[in-house]
Amino acid sequence: MTGYILRRTLQSLIVLLMVTMVMFVLFHLLPGNPAKAELGPKAQPATIAAFDKLEGLDRPVWDQFWLYLDHLAHGNLGFSYVQNASVALLFAQRFPKTVLLLGLATVVAIAIAIPLGVMQAVRRNKAEDYFFTGASFVFYSFPTFWLGIILIEIFAISFHLLPPFAPSGDSVTQILAHGRGLVLPVMTLALISIASYSRYMRSSMIDSLAQDYIRTAKAKGVSQRAILLRHALRNSLIPMATLVGLSVPGVLSGAVITESVFNYPGVGLLFVQAAQSDDFPILLGLTLVAAVGVILGNLLADIAYAVLDPRIRY
Amino acid sequence: MATGTSQPGEAVPAGPVPAVAGPAGAGRDLASLGPGPTSPELAEASGGPGPAGLYEAGEARSHGSVLRLSLQTFVENKLAIAGLAILVLLVLFCFVGPHLYVTNQKSLNPAISNYPPSSAHPLGTDGEGFDVLGRLMVAGQSSLEIGMAAGVAAAIWGTLYGAVSAVAGGVIDAVMMRIVDTLYSLPTLFLLILLSAIFAPNLPLMIIVLTFVAWLGPARLVRGEALSLRTREYVEAVKVAGGTRSRIVVRHIVPNAIGTIMVNTSFLIADAILALAALSYLGLGLPDTTPTWGGMLSNGTTVIFDGYWWQLYPAGVAIVLTVVAFNFIGDALRDSLDVRLQRR
Repeated sequence: MTGYILRRTLQSLIVLLMVTMVMFVLFHLLPGNPAKAELGPKAQPATIAAFDKLEGLDRPVWDQFWLYLDHLAHGNLGFSYVQNASVALLFAQRFPKTVLLLGLATVVAIAIAIPLGVMQAVRRNKAEDYFFTGASFVFYSFPTFWLGIILIEIFAISFHLLPPFAPSGDSVTQILAHGRGLVLPVMTLALISIASYSRYMRSSMIDSLAQDYIRTAKAKGVSQRAILLRHALRNSLIPMATLVGLSVPGVLSGAVITESVFNYPGVGLLFVQAAQSDDFPILLGLTLVAAVGVILGNLLADIAYAVLDPRIRY
Repeated sequence: MATGTSQPGEAVPAGPVPAVAGPAGAGRDLASLGPGPTSPELAEASGGPGPAGLYEAGEARSHGSVLRLSLQTFVENKLAIAGLAILVLLVLFCFVGPHLYVTNQKSLNPAISNYPPSSAHPLGTDGEGFDVLGRLMVAGQSSLEIGMAAGVAAAIWGTLYGAVSAVAGGVIDAVMMRIVDTLYSLPTLFLLILLSAIFAPNLPLMIIVLTFVAWLGPARLVRGEALSLRTREYVEAVKVAGGTRSRIVVRHIVPNAIGTIMVNTSFLIADAILALAALSYLGLGLPDTTPTWGGMLSNGTTVIFDGYWWQLYPAGVAIVLTVVAFNFIGDALRDSLDVRLQRR
């Protein structure tokens, strides 16, 4: 097991190194050249030369890449000339708020999706199964931003139950102080996740219910409830644990859209605003951070899968 | 192998997450959730028995019989028929509709902006005085064209990439798949936004950008499929007979993986249409001179507080219908082609 984890971690580090290479290449693909992209098309040659020297762009490519890695190792993700702040600082300010939003949405999604999936598996091919299958099809086909807007229309504009915008604030505590504003963004993100999580839970549960040990348990006279909860559910939860780790990219993308819809001051909104103002250091820096999140999620999913299922030996 | 010591005959989930006949979403997720990066063993496992099991012996059947088989399984499936019917209606609506319902979609007409639905304008007009029903047709043309072009291009490129990688094997395979792993670590929307910000796409460039983020899924799927196919006797036989690698890829691997590819393509198109809509919403889509459903929908979101609902819902419904249709088709195809699922 330790060997597997070490090997898997090493693989992740290699992928991470390659991701930094991609980011480095993209930086040099910026329209015109990096200096013009960041200083604007009317920048004076002298300014460009000073910028190139400052950023080390006048050095050989390998030196530059090494410098880039050196910066990353010291937590330097680049500098936003638009916001006049380091990307790492901007990220650190907003990261806890995004974690709050994504964490709440994931918890809500799991809490609903697991019982829903179990119910659908038990009532397989009955009316309610078809209904929720249809519903998850539709939710999955929804543009996330439109779902958010519809929720705003229903709950904020028509019924005045909830505020249409997310709370703004510098810290998580300030946001929690206006917790009602979080309901709609969390609901938007959770609905999309529930659509996929419940499908996996349903099929995982159907898989488990078809196993021989379930038949054995039935033959022994174990009650239906115990079979479902102790035998089938516990085994079906293994793939769910990995699913959460593997859904990091989807959840991050959802956060970008949801934060834009509700004007929630998280990392996703920072990213979108950077894209709209051609603030490339933020775009490149945050994409790299997102990639780290995805790689970590994958790594944890693989390890969780190995740890949780005693049948699996590496 | 990921499946470790499970009993023979036991239904073993392929990869960390079981392969599901789920909505479509599942399809999308198999692409992104599938085997984690840098675990070729898992990728191999997820190839699974797949459609290849349908015609195990000998050379891949002639193209005609693959088509006939697909057609037959397709017709048997109600979901597929429903999806196809929706799609045909949408295509007729978008491409034939403008000839029957002629509207001015070229010049602004502020005098009639934001009119509610009436007999003259069944779906009202938008903020620039364009007839919404007419615009829905024109915008649908570009949305469908871009989605299908990107989906098909990604499927073709991904298929060739995956098949070549599997057949080449060794170091080439390792390097090619690490490239896929690397790009896979970048969340799709982040990459899309980044590329759109860098390249400010026009229509052809938008197709390329959407293709670039979509080909990774099919590349992994086809490689997984190809890894199991390349050890079959008939591929061995081609090698012994002196067949070239390109012959193995084009004549044997690709035709046998065609089921997987078709299923995946239909999900890819659905995803591309959604991705285009998301980009439009974030202000990184195509300019309004090329109307798209996503563009209409995102313009509609700016007037919800004014109560102009007719500018918001038609385009949204069109997108959802299209995506549901492609997901139905893909899902139904997978159900009929996957022998594992038929047994249950």
